[in-house]
Amino acid sequence: MHVTSPVRTPLVTGGKTYADVTEDICKQVEGKPTRAWTIAFVISFVVLIYGTCCVFWTWWEGLGVWGLNKTIGWAWDITNFVWWVGIGHAGTLISAILLLFRMKYRTSINRAAEAMTIFAVLCAASFILMHMGRPWLAHWALPLPNTFGSLWVNFNSPLVWDVFAISTYFTVSLVFWYMGLVPDLATIRDRATSKVSRYIYGAFSLGWNGGAKTWARYEYISLILAGISTPLVLSVHTIVSFDFATSVIPGWHTTIFPPYFVAGAIFSGFAMVQNLMLITRVVFKLEDYITFEHIESMNKIITLTGSIVGVAYITEFFIAWYSGVDYERYAFINRAFGPYWWAYWAMMTCNVISPQLFWSRRIRRSITWTFVLSVIVNIGMWFERFVIIVTSLHRDYLPSSWAMFSPTMFDIGDYIFSFGLFFTLFLLFAKFLPVINMFEVKAIIRSASERLPASVSGVAKGENVTSPTYNKDVE
Amino acid sequence: MESTNKRYWRGLEELRNDESFVKNAYKEFSEPTDATPAESGSIVDGISSDRRDFLKVLGFGMAAVSLAACETPVHKAIPYINKPESTFPGIADYYASTFSEGGDYVPVLVKTREGRPIKIEGNTSSSITKGGTSARVQASVLSLYDNDKLKGPKKGEADAEWGTVDQEIMGLLQRGGAVRIVSSTLLSPSTKSVIAAFTAKYPGATHIQYDANSASGLVQANQLSFGQAVVPSYDFSKAKTIVSIGADFLGSWIAPLEYTDQYVSTRKVGANGGNKKEMSRHYQFETGLSMTGSNADYRTPIKPSQEGLVVAALYNKVAAKLGGTPVSTASIDVPYLDKAANELAASRGAALVVSGSNDANVQVLVNALNNLLGSYGTTIDLSRPANYRQGNDAAMNGFISDVKAGRVQGVIFYAANPVYDHPRGAELKEALPRVGLSVSFADRADETASLCKYICPGSHYLESWDDASPKAGFYSLTQPTINTIFKTRQPQVSLLKWAGLNSNYEAFIKSYWRTNIYPQAGGGKSFEQFWIQSLHDGVVELRSASTGSAGTFNAGAVATAAAGIAQRYKPNATGLELALYEKVGIGTGSLANNPWLQELPDPVSKACWDNYACVSQKTASELGVNQHDLVTVEVAGKPSIELPVLIQPGQADGTVSIAIGYGREKAGKSADGVGKNVYPLATVSGNSVLFTATDVKINKAGGSRTIAQTQTHDTVMGRRSVIQETILSAYKKDSKAGRFFPKVETSEGPVPAADLTLWNGYEKPNHSWGMVIDLNSCTGCAACVVSCQAENNIPVVGRQEVINRREMHWIRIDRYYSSDAEPDDRKGLEVAAANPEVVFQPMLCQHCTNAPCETVCPVLATTHSTEGLNQMTYNRCVGTRYCANNCPYKVRRFNWFKYFDNDNFDYHFNNDLGKMVINPDVTVRSRGVIEKCSFCVQRIQEGKLTAKKERRRPKPDEIQVACAQACPTGGIIFGDMNDPESTISKILKEEHDARAFQVLEEINVRPQISYLTKIRNKDEVAKPAAAAAEHAE
Repeated sequence: MHVTSPVRTPLVTGGKTYADVTEDICKQVEGKPTRAWTIAFVISFVVLIYGTCCVFWTWWEGLGVWGLNKTIGWAWDITNFVWWVGIGHAGTLISAILLLFRMKYRTSINRAAEAMTIFAVLCAASFILMHMGRPWLAHWALPLPNTFGSLWVNFNSPLVWDVFAISTYFTVSLVFWYMGLVPDLATIRDRATSKVSRYIYGAFSLGWNGGAKTWARYEYISLILAGISTPLVLSVHTIVSFDFATSVIPGWHTTIFPPYFVAGAIFSGFAMVQNLMLITRVVFKLEDYITFEHIESMNKIITLTGSIVGVAYITEFFIAWYSGVDYERYAFINRAFGPYWWAYWAMMTCNVISPQLFWSRRIRRSITWTFVLSVIVNIGMWFERFVIIVTSLHRDYLPSSWAMFSPTMFDIGDYIFSFGLFFTLFLLFAKFLPVINMFEVKAIIRSASERLPASVSGVAKGENVTSPTYNKDVE
Repeated sequence: MESTNKRYWRGLEELRNDESFVKNAYKEFSEPTDATPAESGSIVDGISSDRRDFLKVLGFGMAAVSLAACETPVHKAIPYINKPESTFPGIADYYASTFSEGGDYVPVLVKTREGRPIKIEGNTSSSITKGGTSARVQASVLSLYDNDKLKGPKKGEADAEWGTVDQEIMGLLQRGGAVRIVSSTLLSPSTKSVIAAFTAKYPGATHIQYDANSASGLVQANQLSFGQAVVPSYDFSKAKTIVSIGADFLGSWIAPLEYTDQYVSTRKVGANGGNKKEMSRHYQFETGLSMTGSNADYRTPIKPSQEGLVVAALYNKVAAKLGGTPVSTASIDVPYLDKAANELAASRGAALVVSGSNDANVQVLVNALNNLLGSYGTTIDLSRPANYRQGNDAAMNGFISDVKAGRVQGVIFYAANPVYDHPRGAELKEALPRVGLSVSFADRADETASLCKYICPGSHYLESWDDASPKAGFYSLTQPTINTIFKTRQPQVSLLKWAGLNSNYEAFIKSYWRTNIYPQAGGGKSFEQFWIQSLHDGVVELRSASTGSAGTFNAGAVATAAAGIAQRYKPNATGLELALYEKVGIGTGSLANNPWLQELPDPVSKACWDNYACVSQKTASELGVNQHDLVTVEVAGKPSIELPVLIQPGQADGTVSIAIGYGREKAGKSADGVGKNVYPLATVSGNSVLFTATDVKINKAGGSRTIAQTQTHDTVMGRRSVIQETILSAYKKDSKAGRFFPKVETSEGPVPAADLTLWNGYEKPNHSWGMVIDLNSCTGCAACVVSCQAENNIPVVGRQEVINRREMHWIRIDRYYSSDAEPDDRKGLEVAAANPEVVFQPMLCQHCTNAPCETVCPVLATTHSTEGLNQMTYNRCVGTRYCANNCPYKVRRFNWFKYFDNDNFDYHFNNDLGKMVINPDVTVRSRGVIEKCSFCVQRIQEGKLTAKKERRRPKPDEIQVACAQACPTGGIIFGDMNDPESTISKILKEEHDARAFQVLEEINVRPQISYLTKIRNKDEVAKPAAAAAEHAE
């Protein structure tokens, strides 16, 4: 099944054996936290605590602590929400679509990308709760029976669609991720030396025994979940874009939004994956697993989706002019040349111009460039949502209500909260779970036609390379 | 049943009936009697209990603890033990009364619920105001519940008892000496009679009236011109050409409410104006852009130093046409002067010239001009003098000098606060403590009262008996609608008591009416019948009675006046000049502690919670200042004040306008420290207080103070589906003139935008509530805004939250300035013209049939009714604000904070007294929910229930919403569009194909509210060319 042609560049470098893979990845889980990890975790946790205080105060005082007003009812809250949901998309794309497309290079990055999806969706969900005037009644947005004190919901409302989209997305992503973890959890269980970790990893590995039947079932469920996830990659951000597209506000009421939002989501998601993986590979010394090939492939996707987004921006302008609708025209002229021109041009620079640099192979394969540009892309994508939300609202139909938005320390603090939450969760994940999918990586460390050199240590230990070896490489 | 003495027993114990059994027989579950107490144990020492008791106690304890943990706050509702006569819980009572405050006069109906006045409505029986109200009248009910009022009399700083205070004051009065009763204009004949009785008792006493915004010059001029020191009755409704030189007659000049109704009757056209197609033409020459100037057809900014010369030039030009004697003054050339003069002369007999100047010379010349134009007897009635402004600047000036010189032994301030609102207040402040007896009737320890030896707090008008006579032959009554909340006493009672008379003021009024009014107005009824009827109606109008004489014009005064004008006014003065003006909300500052009024945006500047220095863009550029920059305004010889700058389009170049009424120091929490007091900057010239000053210096002070404005974008950006307007001549030719018909391109060619729809529409089988707003009737006065605030428990959010653009008003009045830019110059369109045309557009929930807000709410908190209402269910709202975002009209308001019981919003919702104004029919919204105009659904419901109880349909126009009811011009028409007899149906029938348009028609939300096009009476061709020429000058 997993066959790599010998002419292709290897996806894992350094001549790793199966044992090396297990060792390299499990040592992070089994060993003491590294210094770098500890520092990062402390910082993330402090940020999370600060953010939690801000969120608490927002909840305690009311949304007036934000900079919103009668004209601009959403700003950072929904910007952050859409941004985080978008970031999450890369994980699903990598694990589902790339799986279906048999893109082998995904194996090194899918685990972390899926984890990122889940944490990003959690961050996004926190803004759904936070942006509500009365978050303690959030369950009213669910179609619960009346005995819950709730009435029926409005199925016309894109916000209800959002509730379904996001909750489905979260559930499927979580299950998919967890299912993928089970074989690796079993590996850790089998290696575990302490009773506690054997018990915990044992419980979570659901009695995985590595039997052929188990593997067959696993493959089925992977495919099924990939099949379920695939439409979600498209549907979630499509539905998120409906929040805007179905409204009457010039600049929101746009049919281009669904594809444009999906492309934007993948764009920002890949940039975030780049950021996280570049750090992880250095900190956890996984350079052989996350290679320049991975980085380059992802950069190509960033360039592609960035270009789609760029075309969408230009199309919007054309349609605004072509529609002949005065409000629409004004909304777009105002985006580019109105009081928030800087946000628009920040978006254009970061999202349209900067990924074009990846046409250069040198930049595409440069770690520094990739890291910096990925950060820039994520800044740009945040500005894209800000531009869509705030600059459309701040000058809509009646000029009498035109207003400006400026963030308060709670707008910022609540955004910081989501970073604290994200990185705390991600670091916990990186410490306690295998960041790289061991059993899938093992399948690609060498091509099927390749003869194993005799000097490789794995063979010296009497490994039979033709039989299934997963989880069996540890004595 | 057959009787039997069979007996059944439960056990042998019962049969035996032994002692131990009997002892426990009452117990439901009696334990075996042989169990001894010792065996059953004890929970608490000394109290015997068994296992069951233990379990009971344990169970109770658990239940009690868990119940106590979820205790809900206790709200006490105290029922009537003895129901007061005629008060039904849940049913409002209305009492006719009269608001008269500093010369403002409005007959009102007071709505009370369970004995609390909660809302003021206009009294439609009055032919003067015709049921109209102003923002201040609407807000006056909140002043009743002002927590900063005094709770009883005071001697110096200390609380005192009425008995002691009375005794001491009477003792001091009896020493004799010069006593001055200083009041603002008193409209009440009975009060004047009380004062007469008082002065009879104490011959040293004299009554002095003065007005903070004085019309003393006008009275003086009428003395000079006609030998009558009166304010005449004006009738704008008879005028074809109206020229106002600095008179803000719709906002603050003399009797704005009365003039508004008259004026608007000449401006209404089409179905809302008796199907006429004629309008008066209105010229305004003024310094700052006033609300009146905003409504003018032609407006010319002039400097205060040009005012007299403009009047003189107008006089000379008219005199040249109509054969009068010209006066010799410097010639002046300002735009539209010739045009105004020509039209005045052409509409002789139907012309009216008014001036806001307090300079008697200017007013004499205005009189001469009106005389030439034949206005006396047509648009001006001298034989029916009005009592609105009786203040005498000379007397007041003399009084302050007398106090300074120690010639006054006693002073009683009655509805007067001269330390604050007189230009010489500082002098008075310094001299007042030296006066032997000083008493104030103020309801609070204000700037003047706090310097007085005694404060005898007067009651609010809603707690008082009084009467009023706004003009000869018109009377009305004020009756208490609530017991005095605190130990206050109305001033008349105090005066009667100190005069040693029967202090029952109600009896006093009654006897006054019996002697003076009943004989003329009784009409065959007994006095008691007449009295009851008058109290019920609130007003008595003797149309035939005219007390004054028409007077003969004394031309002799003109030449002297002209000489005075020539001396004072200059055609081309170069220095900066100051003009003070009064805002419609805050007025002269007497009601400044009313948070509704503080938060009411000024109709023109849209600013609230502050006063500021209005300058034109050109002047601002010359001074190097921007909006919100702090500047010091310095008038020669006066202390300078620091204010933020507001760039005001339409402001005359080289001038600065500042509102009076701000800068209170001792009015209370809401007013103190808001803005700066500019009364001291007024000029005391001879015997007049002039609200102008020359030789003004403005310097950048450094720093800035953001002005709280509810609207910061001034122009309509050429959006024709928002404001549709035309000129009269075009309208006469085509009643659809100015209309904008948006079209959408389809394969079959362009079709009207509303013809394409995805919506199924809503059935409105029963009622279809709707509204028509006539842009030609709306003067921008904002009475509707405060009325809505009072009716619907709308919170006050304060200056910072207005700056944050979070005011909560459900109805706002959008004000747009015209721009000189071309329609496709989008940057240029953002800049208002230097002297713009202005349009006011009341904006509230449009109750869209295809409401964008309804589809997006995830929880169905906003839904559509079968009567066309867009309903908001507060307790279902989770606060996503999607509806507010998706509202094209931006009329939805979010509760960003908890606005009640919150010390950060320390207004009336934060104290028990202030909360008494809450309308019990309307929910006070909690934090985190959206709210918006409900079309006063509580009133609709009440009206429908009343009709149902009487087994009938609601009558046409029976149900009225708060804004429509408050509107003094009939510019807001509410009603059932399914009822062919309702006014709204009749208007829409005529206008649906003419002036009626819906804002943003092309987005096809189909509002229940239609607007009628704005029509200006301007000349056809002149507009672009003339406008360009104006600016070239």
